[in-house]
Amino acid sequence: MVRNKTLKDFEEVIRKCVKCGVCQAHCPPYLVKKREGAVARGKIALAAAVLDGETGIEKRLQEDISLCLMCGSCVKKCPNKVPTDGIIGAMRREITDRNGLPVMAKLLAGTIGSARMKNTLSKGAAFLRPLWSRKIPQSSGLHLRFGLPGMENRTVPEPAFSNLFDRVPEFSEGQPGRPVVGFFAGCSITYIYPEIGEMMVDILVRMGCSVFLPKNQGCCGIPALSSGHGKLVEELADNNIEVFAGKKVDWIVTACGSCNGGIGEYYRTLEGADRSFTDKVVDFSVFLEKEGFLEKLLEQKRTADPVKVTYHDPCHLKTQGITREPRDLLRALPYVDFVEMEDADACCGLGGTFSLYHYDVSKAVGARKLRGLEESGAEYVATTCPGCVMQLQDTINHAGLKVRAVHILELLLRMAPD
Amino acid sequence: MDITAVVKRLEAIVGADNVSAAKSDRITHSYDATQQKHLPDVVVYAASVNEVAQVVQLANEVEMPVLPRGAGSGFTGGSLPVYGGIVLVLSRMDRILDIDTENLTAEVEPGVVTATLQREVERLGLFYPPDPASKEFCTLGGNVAECAGGPRCVKYGVTRDYILGLEVVTPTGDIITTGGKTLKNVAGYDLTRLFVGSEGTLGIVTKIIVKLLPKPAAKKTMLVLFKTIDGAARSVSAIIGAKIIPTTLEFLDGATIDCIRGKSSIDLPENCRAALIVEVDGDEDLLDRQMARIREIIEPSGTLAVKVAATDDESEQIWQVRRIVSPSLKQISPDKFNEDIVVPRSKVPDMIRELEKISSEYGVSIVNFGHAGDGNIHVNIMVDLKEEGMKEKVEIVLDRVFGAAVALRGSISGEHGIGTAKMNYLHMELDAATIDYMRRIKTALDPKNILNPGKIFLEKSSGESA
Repeated sequence: MVRNKTLKDFEEVIRKCVKCGVCQAHCPPYLVKKREGAVARGKIALAAAVLDGETGIEKRLQEDISLCLMCGSCVKKCPNKVPTDGIIGAMRREITDRNGLPVMAKLLAGTIGSARMKNTLSKGAAFLRPLWSRKIPQSSGLHLRFGLPGMENRTVPEPAFSNLFDRVPEFSEGQPGRPVVGFFAGCSITYIYPEIGEMMVDILVRMGCSVFLPKNQGCCGIPALSSGHGKLVEELADNNIEVFAGKKVDWIVTACGSCNGGIGEYYRTLEGADRSFTDKVVDFSVFLEKEGFLEKLLEQKRTADPVKVTYHDPCHLKTQGITREPRDLLRALPYVDFVEMEDADACCGLGGTFSLYHYDVSKAVGARKLRGLEESGAEYVATTCPGCVMQLQDTINHAGLKVRAVHILELLLRMAPD
Repeated sequence: MDITAVVKRLEAIVGADNVSAAKSDRITHSYDATQQKHLPDVVVYAASVNEVAQVVQLANEVEMPVLPRGAGSGFTGGSLPVYGGIVLVLSRMDRILDIDTENLTAEVEPGVVTATLQREVERLGLFYPPDPASKEFCTLGGNVAECAGGPRCVKYGVTRDYILGLEVVTPTGDIITTGGKTLKNVAGYDLTRLFVGSEGTLGIVTKIIVKLLPKPAAKKTMLVLFKTIDGAARSVSAIIGAKIIPTTLEFLDGATIDCIRGKSSIDLPENCRAALIVEVDGDEDLLDRQMARIREIIEPSGTLAVKVAATDDESEQIWQVRRIVSPSLKQISPDKFNEDIVVPRSKVPDMIRELEKISSEYGVSIVNFGHAGDGNIHVNIMVDLKEEGMKEKVEIVLDRVFGAAVALRGSISGEHGIGTAKMNYLHMELDAATIDYMRRIKTALDPKNILNPGKIFLEKSSGESA
């Protein structure tokens, strides 16, 4: 049984903030709101004040604590490496413990109990439900529960007709002596972009790997984490660790930056998490490079008129230092002319359930990508996280740009010659 | 007037969304980079000069202090509400109003972040030189209030050298303008200079006109390692003495190097007791010659290694050495006193020798680095305040350090300001008549002592504070 860290567990690192203000340059909500309560330094001051009993969990404090994407950009640039993302998670759980679940976490908990949802979605995928609310008849009571004022203009992809588990067998045999890979697909790839998951399995098998896709894997827990639902995070983590335990997998590959941050980076911070699980977690771009996939691509003849593609860094990979591998993968594609863009590492604005709470801020954060996108002249902006794809495409649609947001694997799928 | 009534009046000026007396907002506006803490009574986010003026007028009426605040990244407590009052945040006033490529000027609101302006003007081939270490998040309003400096000041000067004109809300709530868009302007008193560096005590800047330069075509960076600290210090004087002004001339002493050894990609051998980072900028073909000349000058001072960056990446690696210094210091001791004394450039070796003497005399570790090229040394006194009698010892050490700087005809602060942190030492540098003159200006302009009280000067009597 795993356990989230408590606010008290973070006390020592909270005291390490020296109030220098560096986080102001990197915090996406601060750059939009320009208010101290929105920035890491302010939130850490509030966490310290709560620990000291200087303030209770008042309404304004809750609003400030909700204004965090948990993107980790501040942590990366913090001279003392104060883990604000972790502290915010703990603060949100503290708020939940004292005041009960916030609306979004209630939504999550509510959907878990719904038999109809269970039939169509895995537990954790329920967080995506609001995005699909237009698929639900207007008369449905779900609109009352999941009504999201201010989000009427969001453009979202249609859920796929059949999910990944229906399309790919639980075990795909590779060549003897080659690695056995567990594939942690995550909600978005399973239900919205199953073709990306299929492509992933296909590439892995073509490289001789055996692929194990346990059907009882659940959500990584990032949305539950971001909405302060600590218990659900623990349940999901226990389940995910359990389904891969006892299976002889050498690696657990993800093709979603957020899932990687969840089952790798975040589970590592859980008390009692099995390190033999978390140590196997690897992003597909890192794995493919390690297994020599890039060399294979580079052997192919380059096309005469390649497509201009740029790259967006998902926060959950950026903060782990995975920035070169996805770019190298793009550069190796024979039909791609890779170009950098300004602010490639700026957050897209999705942030777990952040965009559900703060759609306007989320949109404004996303809009900071536009100048770089436009000036790069790229036809496609590729990334390694389906969440970013959704959010980037929404940003692009609202701005009326001609760029398309795609997952790198989608790019392989769309353009690869047979 | 009670605070609820004040909040109502403030809401009428800036709108209810931009006023808060909630505990959490008071907490998040109670600190700056000094880590002192003083709770304000209410926080206001202004969006225009008229709002600022009305807030200040109200503050005069109800006799409540007003504290202008930008990024809250100051090192001397300039934005802290030591007597409570209204924290007036200007971060929403963050528009670049104009970049004039014909006259090489820009007009900005005070909440514009320094590096944002730099990036925008550089896209147009222009250049705004002042580069405080906090440039990625500090605001131009704060830069004006503190007269911010930075590494490039050796060659290009400090904030005051780039401010052509200001729009200011006075301590009584009037709106005035100073200077203008021209390089030459002698109409009346030079109020622009009076406001630059006044630490938000004489007025609130609501618009800033800055001077721009053409962006230098190229730059070149060099790292020099020395066997002795004296060798490095003498090299600084020798470079300037040879009438070469590099863009930056940064200095790290032995204790600093011990602290960062192994943390950068550049090898810093055990016997390296000091380092200089020299950068020159200008036309490409001039740079190599200038670098060669600098090498000639410093070679006799006992260099261990000289590394000239061949690529941008290598230059970045050199700067990385400098950037990891501050965050690495905490491994020496839990508490640090960071002072930014400045001495005439030729006196850098004397000052360094004096600091070494003070360090050994009191058995306190002093780590020195900084902008040696303009004589601005960041002196870090590293202690553990939990040790018995350490607080008193630090006070004596600080006294000695400031005394030494002043004795060499330097200053107790090069770029951080006085604020609350250095009030006790101002008299060491300025005589009573000078301080009195400054106070009279403050009293004349701010009769009720509304604007940022409790800064720069020690309180004369309790009656003066709000």
